[in-house]
Amino acid sequence: MRFRIYRYDPEQDQKPYMKEYDVALEPSDRMLLDALVRIKASDDSLSLRRSCREGVCGSDAMNINGKNGLACITPLVELKEPVELRPLPGLPVIRDLIVDMSQFFKQYHSIKPYLQNSDPLPEKERLQSPTDREELDGLYECILCACCSTSCPSFWWNPDKFVGPAGLLAAYRFIADSRDQATNDRLDDLEDPYRLFRCHSIMNCVDVCPKGLNPTRAIGRIKEIMIKRMV
Amino acid sequence: MSLPTRKFDAVVVGAGGAGMRAALQLSEAGLKVAVLSKVFPTRSHTVAAQGGIGASLGNMGEDNWLWHMYDTIKGSDYLGDQDAIEFLCRMAPQAVYDLEHYGMPFDRNENGTVYQRPFGGHSSNFGERPVQRSVCAADRTGHAMLHTLYQRNVRANTVFFVEWMALDLIRDASGQVLGVTAMEMETGETWIFQARATLFATGGAGRIYAASTNAFINTGDGLGMAARAGIPLEDMEFWQFHPTGVAGAGVLITEGVRGEGGYLLNKDGERFMERYAPNMKDLASRDVVARAMATEIKEGRGCGKDADYILLKLDHIGVDKIEKKLPGIREIAKKFANVDPVKDPIPVVPTCHYQMGGIPTNYHGEVVVPGNGKDNNVVPGFYAAGEVACASVHGANRLGTNSLTDLLVFGKASGDSVIRYLKENPGHKDLPADAADYTMARLSRLDSQAGGESVFEVGAAMRRTMQAHCGVFRFPDLLTDGVKKIREIADRAARTEIKDKSKTFNTARIEALELDNLIEVARSTMVCADARQESRGAHDRADYPKRDDVTWLKHTLWYKDNDRLEYKAVNLKPLTAESFEPKVRSY
Repeated sequence: MRFRIYRYDPEQDQKPYMKEYDVALEPSDRMLLDALVRIKASDDSLSLRRSCREGVCGSDAMNINGKNGLACITPLVELKEPVELRPLPGLPVIRDLIVDMSQFFKQYHSIKPYLQNSDPLPEKERLQSPTDREELDGLYECILCACCSTSCPSFWWNPDKFVGPAGLLAAYRFIADSRDQATNDRLDDLEDPYRLFRCHSIMNCVDVCPKGLNPTRAIGRIKEIMIKRMV
Repeated sequence: MSLPTRKFDAVVVGAGGAGMRAALQLSEAGLKVAVLSKVFPTRSHTVAAQGGIGASLGNMGEDNWLWHMYDTIKGSDYLGDQDAIEFLCRMAPQAVYDLEHYGMPFDRNENGTVYQRPFGGHSSNFGERPVQRSVCAADRTGHAMLHTLYQRNVRANTVFFVEWMALDLIRDASGQVLGVTAMEMETGETWIFQARATLFATGGAGRIYAASTNAFINTGDGLGMAARAGIPLEDMEFWQFHPTGVAGAGVLITEGVRGEGGYLLNKDGERFMERYAPNMKDLASRDVVARAMATEIKEGRGCGKDADYILLKLDHIGVDKIEKKLPGIREIAKKFANVDPVKDPIPVVPTCHYQMGGIPTNYHGEVVVPGNGKDNNVVPGFYAAGEVACASVHGANRLGTNSLTDLLVFGKASGDSVIRYLKENPGHKDLPADAADYTMARLSRLDSQAGGESVFEVGAAMRRTMQAHCGVFRFPDLLTDGVKKIREIADRAARTEIKDKSKTFNTARIEALELDNLIEVARSTMVCADARQESRGAHDRADYPKRDDVTWLKHTLWYKDNDRLEYKAVNLKPLTAESFEPKVRSY
């Protein structure tokens, strides 16, 4: 199977280039990551992140034939050859397919991604109805792979000011949690021309999310709550 | 030669469930702590845990920690230390409440309490019938737990060193642990992390086997570092083969599937677990179920054209319940097995999943080694928790859900122990002059090696050998031959060559350093398995088919030096409960 892979080693390369590989696959190679592991076995200089190989750790996000996705759950049979692989767009490249995700995590951290509740702790668990708990479905499953934020033009232009789809999904995950008491502070923090309102519902995030989540909907809900709060 | 040094009160190596739970204790106590992780914390392998956390909350009916304790001891095939097991089971409910208070999105009951599902080996009233003890977040419990712990650490301003790989343990002449050497992957720079206390939470090493549910990062780094520093590894012959890994792919399918009503079928469509475990059936202990499946396959009752897998049926539990309680499984089955489990059964095989053994600790998370005529002397400044540690709560076989319970309970306990130790031992001891020498020698060997084999080749040889010689069923000739082979492979691993010598994010170098750790784990496993002449829990020998409590009710300790073995007594005395004496184990 044929591949064209983005290569860049800052110690050796003046600028990035695309390197071609033709790799003989085994019948057990089902996913793109299997092929990348095989390529690395013959060229150990190819650098990428990977860990769980089942789509839950979020390490091996990359741009696959023009679309962001996880290598470990992208079936090889669905890919057009030569398979073109590039690092996630919009973030600084450290080397090959490895990007510097600091900006992405900075935005995630900026929404205070933890439960805030100042009531005295009960002896056992806090109670939460199944209906209230269901509000978190489609939100808590995010794996922070950054496929969404790095496919978002608004994030490309303003990665320092716009929280981005992953961070906003997380923000809504806490706003939607019946146990969280910081909704007002969270909304105050997002009421800003950039942090929230740079989202123009382009919906690339929804299109690429490997977990099938919908950040655009979550962002819409935050906007709704904000409007309700104003009137 | 020396390296630049950073100084901390404590260094935690690993940011999975145990590392982050420990880090939380330390950060919230206001200590200066560094958490080193090869990957961004939420990418640690705890993220892949599915089914749940065992704790006798009693939300679904009567339950108590003593029943949980009994199940865990029986599950361990009586090799677990009963003081540590009592501690685990008594602390489990509070560990779950803490996590809920941190914001964990647990599944709920109508009355608002946390939902609990049945799980293998968990019973009510000392083995009478299955009990609902496993708290969960659908089938993404590990993911929800790891993210919750990370979020709480963000709140506590924990300092993470992300994509730093610890390389070697630093000990002085007295044996005290003074920190680690570690490499920043992005720059290739190596540093000394000097610490008054060092806590290993580096997880497991399931990547020593060819077929494994484990992530690529599970390379036994803590075990390798400890072994190279002269610390013995305990009970390394005991590896759990999870009954339901996706055939061919190895990806985990949670036991929660059987907890929610799924069951296993052979090629005749027979629900064969009824024969092997008439009472608990498909919810018997994992070693029992894995062995039953392997027996079915061995005797020609496997499914498929090569009769080499078993089917896991769950369509009868209904699409609604599958979507609600097992959505991740449906996703995995579709992607990795090409079946939609709401219609068709999933092809599964027993797959390497978990190491029961590890760095010997007591139930405070302090690392303990034999010496001066005593089994358990505390190594000053050294702690371990989670899969890397052997407390031993899992003995010869771990119960499903007890791994996450272990991470939480012993993550916290080891953190608390570090806090106590730091209060009593102020100030850093001086580093020995040669603190960095061993690490520098390893790195320079790797950089100057020419004409060696590739890391990939040697690693593949190791994984094949472990798979063929030390699997679910173990045979004397294969083990003896396996010891010889794995020693040869260890020699080859000492001469691996990487072509890429660059500094920036050189993952070839990282993989070579990981192989150094894996090979110690593989070698200890094979040597310990060859030596233990009985069948107990996950260790099943064709030539010694029975458990032998007279000779073998003891823990193995393996030392890297000449593969030396020692043994130490199992602690059969709980903290407050009555002892559970070994008896015949049936489900």
